[in-house]
Amino acid sequence: MTTPIGYYPGCSLHGTGRELDQSIRALAEVAGVDLREIKDWNCCGATAAHSLNHDLAVALPYRTLALAEDQGLAEVLAPCAACFSRLKGTAVRLARDPKLAQKMTEITERPYRGTVRILSIIEFINRLLDAGLEAKLTHPLGGLKVAPYYGCLLARGEDIVDDDPEQPSGMERALVAAGCEVVPWNFAVECCGGGLSMSKTEAVLDLSDAILSDAEDAQADAIVTGCPMCHSNLDMRQRTINAAGRGPHDLPVVYLSEILGLAAGIEPERLGLDRHFVDAMRVAERMTERSA
Amino acid sequence: MARVGVFICHCGENIGRTVDCAAVAKAAEAFPGVVKSVDYKYMCSDPGQQMIKDAIRDERLTGVVVGACSPRMHEPTFRRAAFEAGLNPYLLEMANLREHCSWVHEDRPVATEKAIDLMRVMVEKVKKNAELRPIRVPVEPTALVIGGGIAGIQAALDIAGGGKKVILVERSPSLGGHMARLSETFPTLDCSQCILTPRMVEAANHPNITLMTYSEVTKVDGFIGNFEVTVRQKARYVDPEKCTGCGACFEKCPAKKIPSEFDAALGNRTAIYRPFPQAVPNKPVIDAEHCIMLTKGKCGICAKVCPTGAIKYDDKDREVIVKVGAIVVATGFELWDHSAYGEYGAGRLEDVINGFQFERLASASGPTTGEIRRPSDGRIAESVVFIQCCGSRDPKRGVPYCSKICCMYTAKHAILYRHKVHHGRAVVFYMDVRAGGKGYDEFVRRAIETEGAEYIRGRVSRIYRRKDGRLVVKGADTLAGRPVEIVADMVVLADAIVPQPGASRLAQMLGVSYDEYGFYSEAHPKLRPVETAKAGVFLAGACQAPKDIPESVAQASAAAAKVLGLFSQPELEREPIVAKVNEVTCVHCRACIQACPYGAIEDKEIKDSKGNLIRTVACVNEGECQGCGTCVAVCRSGSIDLDGFTDEEVLAEIAALE
Repeated sequence: MTTPIGYYPGCSLHGTGRELDQSIRALAEVAGVDLREIKDWNCCGATAAHSLNHDLAVALPYRTLALAEDQGLAEVLAPCAACFSRLKGTAVRLARDPKLAQKMTEITERPYRGTVRILSIIEFINRLLDAGLEAKLTHPLGGLKVAPYYGCLLARGEDIVDDDPEQPSGMERALVAAGCEVVPWNFAVECCGGGLSMSKTEAVLDLSDAILSDAEDAQADAIVTGCPMCHSNLDMRQRTINAAGRGPHDLPVVYLSEILGLAAGIEPERLGLDRHFVDAMRVAERMTERSA
Repeated sequence: MARVGVFICHCGENIGRTVDCAAVAKAAEAFPGVVKSVDYKYMCSDPGQQMIKDAIRDERLTGVVVGACSPRMHEPTFRRAAFEAGLNPYLLEMANLREHCSWVHEDRPVATEKAIDLMRVMVEKVKKNAELRPIRVPVEPTALVIGGGIAGIQAALDIAGGGKKVILVERSPSLGGHMARLSETFPTLDCSQCILTPRMVEAANHPNITLMTYSEVTKVDGFIGNFEVTVRQKARYVDPEKCTGCGACFEKCPAKKIPSEFDAALGNRTAIYRPFPQAVPNKPVIDAEHCIMLTKGKCGICAKVCPTGAIKYDDKDREVIVKVGAIVVATGFELWDHSAYGEYGAGRLEDVINGFQFERLASASGPTTGEIRRPSDGRIAESVVFIQCCGSRDPKRGVPYCSKICCMYTAKHAILYRHKVHHGRAVVFYMDVRAGGKGYDEFVRRAIETEGAEYIRGRVSRIYRRKDGRLVVKGADTLAGRPVEIVADMVVLADAIVPQPGASRLAQMLGVSYDEYGFYSEAHPKLRPVETAKAGVFLAGACQAPKDIPESVAQASAAAAKVLGLFSQPELEREPIVAKVNEVTCVHCRACIQACPYGAIEDKEIKDSKGNLIRTVACVNEGECQGCGTCVAVCRSGSIDLDGFTDEEVLAEIAALE
């Protein structure tokens, strides 16, 4: 891939979701893909804007898309599931409703012709596999049992995600290519508690506990996710869940890009695997070296 | 000299709203040859028809043009009126001022102009029209019934009871259809087999019924009264004449693990099998796909144990051509595949079953001898959740229509379950309860009020299997406004009713139209519910739309009445719109013979009085010609014309527009 792909890190990847940022960038480097951060990008509006002001909820992603178009980016990767959903959702709404597009042009004082294609982390990684990453996965994970967790945003949204919203399978190809065994489980699209993490932590403890328990029942060695919000609820809150008398759980929660990074032979620290609350370095121990 | 009468109909407001009918009638008065021109509100009504009849007599009309609706609607009506007034009916033509004019235009002056043009065209045509006489064709008084379920059996018995012959074709090895698989039937809970199997035997033994099981219709030729149908009789590998039905063969057959179609894959059958003990005919067939002898060339156990030597491994499919005068289609339905619902386990959860599977579990002849045991481990189900509208009323992933029978059979399932597992919990999720029918709503109330079924209004959002093997059913109780979570041993999905696979292929063979889902279309949704647009082909049962047993039986009897009506005359009249060959100018190039889509043209030898062949020409078989006109178009010497649409008539129409 020679054409650069636009990169929209959003707030998470610069903060709590740093491992996602690190592992995506490391993986892109291995695959030889030029990721270009959109200059002057702004908040995607996730969780807060769309429940308060519908115009603002569209205008925020609109401005970012207009910037990307202006900067000559035909494709933009939004690794955070919430950012992806806001960006792609806005693009879909604009395409369906020319009047809305007109209004946004007026609000933001920027034109946008709708040329930018938005990629989720799953689409991006599948794209890398198509472009030859598969051959570079020299350190398959020796049958690591993983429970792919899509949460609410990586499998849902008509015209936003091209997958079965109730039985998604988008991550499976990459996981199998990385030498993992995908376990059948029940909570792949259940809610982790999402944005209630701050306001109603108790609800998150219940919901995330159920997800962790089901993954354990399915004998998973790790949960794989693509969403920093899910990640923080399942990983960071795991100790609190245990402290609340549930569990006890001890299940690593890793990003899809981390798994692929490991399989590509990238050092776990470079991927941020050492930054998890629940020890994830044991996942790295499953790396094997494929004989040529 | 032509004396043409013109009659302009307002069709209430339908034509009158957009077309100035009085102006059209006025303009038509000036057409050459028109001696009378009037307009009237409802020309098809009794006074309207009388107006035409009176004018024919009083004005000694030689032709009539009615400007009204489509000829598909009322041409027979007006032609009958003309006939009654003594005018040859083919001297009456219709100009379509409704579908071709008022319904498709808005501008009144422009539409009126067009209506005048349409009238002028038909007046010029009718002046060239020739008197035609209906063609009489013989009727073969034998009916073909396709499908041996309850609808097909009922239609066959009624036609046979009326004294006419019936050929009953069934695809599977036995009569009975879905009804044979049911446990008990709503709303009276009488045993399905007990009321059905005697009818199956009656059909098999009836002297007027020829039974062709394990057979499929592969080709349909001909037309009303004279169909030629090709039926493929699949190889049974068992000689039905020699077989006594003793059962030694399937008791000894080593290929035992084949999922039974009859038991909805909850039980197994052998490779040589009869679908169920009460099968009619009660003689086994060999499933060639699974038979060890037929696939690997060794085994032969059934042949060894058969006391009468009835096994024939070299049996072959046979094609039989039958001649029938009418066809009743009763191919029934199938259940929609719920694996499209990921939230219900995408078809991968063993204990999530469909309605037929529950019927087999509840049936005394089923794989659990009537005990409600869950498929995964055979444990008695202590708690069962029933979900209605699975795929029905879901335009996105299923079908938009209501499958009609599910509310009733779900109530029945809940009642049967509570009868069998007294301490068990039966929970029904529903969107609405639609229980229209005699004794139906009372039956649902009984399930709720006296049989202890718990009805929850709402949808189920997810079903998953817990670590201990039980199912968790999460849903919404929309009346209480809260989420519910129920732990169940088994979930029964009321899957949508869809047509049989291959229904559209059969429809194309028959020339019957069907809707976007594959259900066969009736000729008129209210007034001709058992006829199809194809003359001589009738519908019975769920192949037309989801139906329960009483409705299917009623429609089957109605179809039988239509067939008996058709067979009450030895001949029937056909429209004389057929091609005619001018034998003097025909050069026998055979282009028409090759072009005719109905194979209705053949060679004819012209001989002199001594029997010497003078020459050969093309000749149209009036019985088979459908009047499509293809031969007219391909005839190089211009020797073929179509009665009712001759070149002269059509050219007169075109000339009238210039």
